[in-house]
Amino acid sequence: MIELSGIRKAFNQGRDNEYWALDGIDLRIAANQVTALRGPSGSGKTTLLTIVGCLSRPTEGRVRLKGGDISGLPERFLTEIRRQRFGFIFQQFNLIKGLTALDNIILPGYPTGRPRHELLARAEELLVGLKLGHRRDAKVEWLSGGEQQRVAICRALINDPELVIADEPTANLDSHLAGEFMGILESLAGQGRTILLTSHDPLVVESNVVQNVVDMRDGKLIQHR
Amino acid sequence: MLFQPAIIALLLASTLCVLALVGSAPFAVDVIRRWDIRSGSERQLQLERRTYLFSTLLTLVLVLQLAAVLLFVFNAEKMSGMFVGAMCAVGTLNVNAFGFPALNGKIAVFFLAAMWLAINHVDSRARDYPLVRIKYGLLLALAPLLAGSAWAELQYFLDLKADVITSCCGSLFSEGSPTIAAEASALPPIPAMWLFYGSLGAAVVLAAVHGLGGGRQRWSGYLLALASGVAFVATIAGILAFVSLYIYEHPHHHCPFCILKPEYNYQGYWLYVPLFGATAAGLAAGAVQPFARIASLREVIPEFSRRMAAIAANGFFLTAAIASFMIWQSRLILLE
Amino acid sequence: MKLWIEKQRYLIDFTLASLARRKARNIGLLLVYTLLVFMLASVTLYTHALRQEAARVLVASPEVVVQRMVAGRHDLIPPGYMEKIGRIRGVQTRTARLWGYYYDAVTKANYTFMVPAEDAPAKGEIVVGPALERSRGLAANNGISFRSYSGKLHTFIVAAVLPQATELVSADLVLMSEESFRAFFDYPVGHYTDIALTVANPQEVKNVALKLSAALPDARPILRDEVLRTYAAIFDWREGIVLALFSAAILAFGILAWEKASGLSAEEKREIGILKAIGWETGDVIKMKFWEGMLISLTAFLVGFVAAYVHVFHFAASMFEPVLKGWAVLYPHFQLTPHIDGVQVATLFFFTVFPYAAAVLVPIWKAAITDPDSVMRG
Ligand SMILES: Nc1ncnc2c1ncn2[C@@H]1O[C@H](COP(=O)(O)OP(=O)(O)O)[C@@H](O)[C@H]1O
Ligand SMILES: [Mg+2]
Repeated sequence: MIELSGIRKAFNQGRDNEYWALDGIDLRIAANQVTALRGPSGSGKTTLLTIVGCLSRPTEGRVRLKGGDISGLPERFLTEIRRQRFGFIFQQFNLIKGLTALDNIILPGYPTGRPRHELLARAEELLVGLKLGHRRDAKVEWLSGGEQQRVAICRALINDPELVIADEPTANLDSHLAGEFMGILESLAGQGRTILLTSHDPLVVESNVVQNVVDMRDGKLIQHR
Repeated sequence: MLFQPAIIALLLASTLCVLALVGSAPFAVDVIRRWDIRSGSERQLQLERRTYLFSTLLTLVLVLQLAAVLLFVFNAEKMSGMFVGAMCAVGTLNVNAFGFPALNGKIAVFFLAAMWLAINHVDSRARDYPLVRIKYGLLLALAPLLAGSAWAELQYFLDLKADVITSCCGSLFSEGSPTIAAEASALPPIPAMWLFYGSLGAAVVLAAVHGLGGGRQRWSGYLLALASGVAFVATIAGILAFVSLYIYEHPHHHCPFCILKPEYNYQGYWLYVPLFGATAAGLAAGAVQPFARIASLREVIPEFSRRMAAIAANGFFLTAAIASFMIWQSRLILLE
Repeated sequence: MKLWIEKQRYLIDFTLASLARRKARNIGLLLVYTLLVFMLASVTLYTHALRQEAARVLVASPEVVVQRMVAGRHDLIPPGYMEKIGRIRGVQTRTARLWGYYYDAVTKANYTFMVPAEDAPAKGEIVVGPALERSRGLAANNGISFRSYSGKLHTFIVAAVLPQATELVSADLVLMSEESFRAFFDYPVGHYTDIALTVANPQEVKNVALKLSAALPDARPILRDEVLRTYAAIFDWREGIVLALFSAAILAFGILAWEKASGLSAEEKREIGILKAIGWETGDVIKMKFWEGMLISLTAFLVGFVAAYVHVFHFAASMFEPVLKGWAVLYPHFQLTPHIDGVQVATLFFFTVFPYAAAVLVPIWKAAITDPDSVMRG
């Protein structure tokens, strides 16, 4: 689905503290499969996710989405792609405090201009699917960690993305909740969605939900299982 | 006469506009020099992000100019009492040679800003932003025009001296003051009517031709822009020559501004809003045509210019229809 | 188009919610903003009402007033002077008028004593304006004494009190009969204060004045339109000066708005980062912020303007009176007639909303270009 070739990414380019976080990545992410990026902290996993997820552009190299080159696109169009095709689950959940669960979930739908009642119906459906229907009107800061993550998952799915991207999804969860998350992951994979995640949690990378594991170190790939 | 609230407000608005454009000029130059869409560098990203600032700025300028045109006219209207012989805004604007140039300058900047925003709009729809350099070049060209219009306005206000009694009950009547042409000069009604309906009709037809052709024929786009400009001028001339007479029901009251007043139920807005909208749309349709052959704009421009043509056709038609309705409603008989 | 409207509705919704969440932060700015609108609107409404009042006074007055000048000073009209004017084409009526000022030591105020052209009170009776009614506690049929400049005490019966409608004109007026007037001021018989001419055609006024000064070199014609223009200019000028003085306040407000808009809290920055990460475009964030500014502006404008309206027309602009009401032009304590003028509202908008918009533009843009991947990093 996504092909990366010769991806390099620099931070603070041209300054003294120039740092190449990614240094020549070639990678294919297969459609309808679960792929995990594994590697020590600082190895560039998150950076790679942001490039795949159109949150940032590579300094060098090509990104192809279904054959089309998207690496040089202006942010405006990257955003469009991101909105339509990708759903994000962040490590810190990143919900907006003060808004209810439902309001948080429909946020990615705003720029699409989809009618509100449609969005609400879809959000409701997703919440019920993750057994959170009773918490729909609760402010997100009153939710437990597990509940917050499930709201974040619902938000990632509101625009019906083909690819779900999750950065260290279990880092803030205990084993029980992490197990539950893997269950949700399995059902998402079952729906035929492509999933890309980073983790160094064995519970995740060694589970059989994950079909491909990519190891990273110092901004390079080591091996490809 | 600078210490008049509305004048201060207008000068403030002009200053804001000029500052906005002049202040952003170095950045525009920077964009022109360093732009490289293929680069993934941080600097290119910064330049791209800057484009948002420019379009927001220009939108502000557009809104300010439109608001300023209105306030300028209203204020002239209000101040007409201060000048001997000035019965309404026309008289006030004729007090010195800069009145009408200042007004025309504002209107021109408004239309130019609208055209720039049209080019900006299609450009930002193309994945490779093909018009960036042209756009910012045009922005740089717009800056002196804006400054010129602001200068004319300042000259106008500086030169404005009310005919007033200087000490409490000391002076004589305003003997030395020059007589002001209180009325705008107008064409005779019959040719004006031909011009009015002819040009509006031509603009509607051209807009329809362009729109029905899916916005794909470039020549019709150019012609539409030309016809829009002509129709704008001809409509104003027509309002001066005969529409206003019918509204005022007075055979000699030629004034394009009084129709905006509450005494005449703000009827002028019904004419000017569609006219300005249609003219801006027609000019916009023409402004994007030179770029219609660029690969990434092949789909974007026809679609955009078709929409503009639709707006222009409706707007010009509406202008003509409303003017005709006003004439029909009037009790004045100008032509036997 | 529908899509566009739907989108704007979402943005407004979100903005409202986000404003509500940050009440404390926004309330300060809103207060300052409202206060600014309030002050500026008070000035504008007040001066405009004064201008209207003055115009109303003058509408009733004659087109031309002729005074006689002696050694460059205003003097009495001697007997036979009016006949010397003769017939001037365009003049409808000529009336010799009697009026003067009287300083009342009791209330320490100046009154205008006047003989009306028609319906003059009977001898020994007067009609007074509302100011006198208040300051001396007068009512119909009361008696009142004034000591004339010659030292004699004159007693009058109050026949009626003038209506409040145009207080500015009538507040300090005392109407009496010609006989009483001449007796009170020892006014020489046959002499008058000035001559009022009414001219039907406004285009003729100037010609009439020209002919007058040709016929009577010592006459000074004062044209109503000229006085009107002068008043308008004076009021506008004062208003302009005050607004110019306020420009410092506007500037300070602009700086405050700039600072508020650029000093985003960490929380707010994070929020914008989240929005961008989940698919909001830079333009969407700018629009959202634009609606936020609009809501703040309109609220401040509306509240400030209404407050100013109440202040000026119900509390007689008690805060600005000393600054705006010049002693020579107006009299203390009177009720203004409410009046709102489109140009003024528009001007006020230019003075408040546009500077705000300009001040927050760059900070808004800066906030909107937050890196979308910022939320992924710690
Ligand atoms: N915005 C940034 N500016 C400078 N350095 C950065 C930035 N983001 C990430 N880095 C650096 O890039 C490297 C890779 O980071 P990251 O992709 O977050 O690694 P991981 O997710 O594998 O822990 C780290 O050394 C980090 O310090
Ligand atoms: Mg990481």
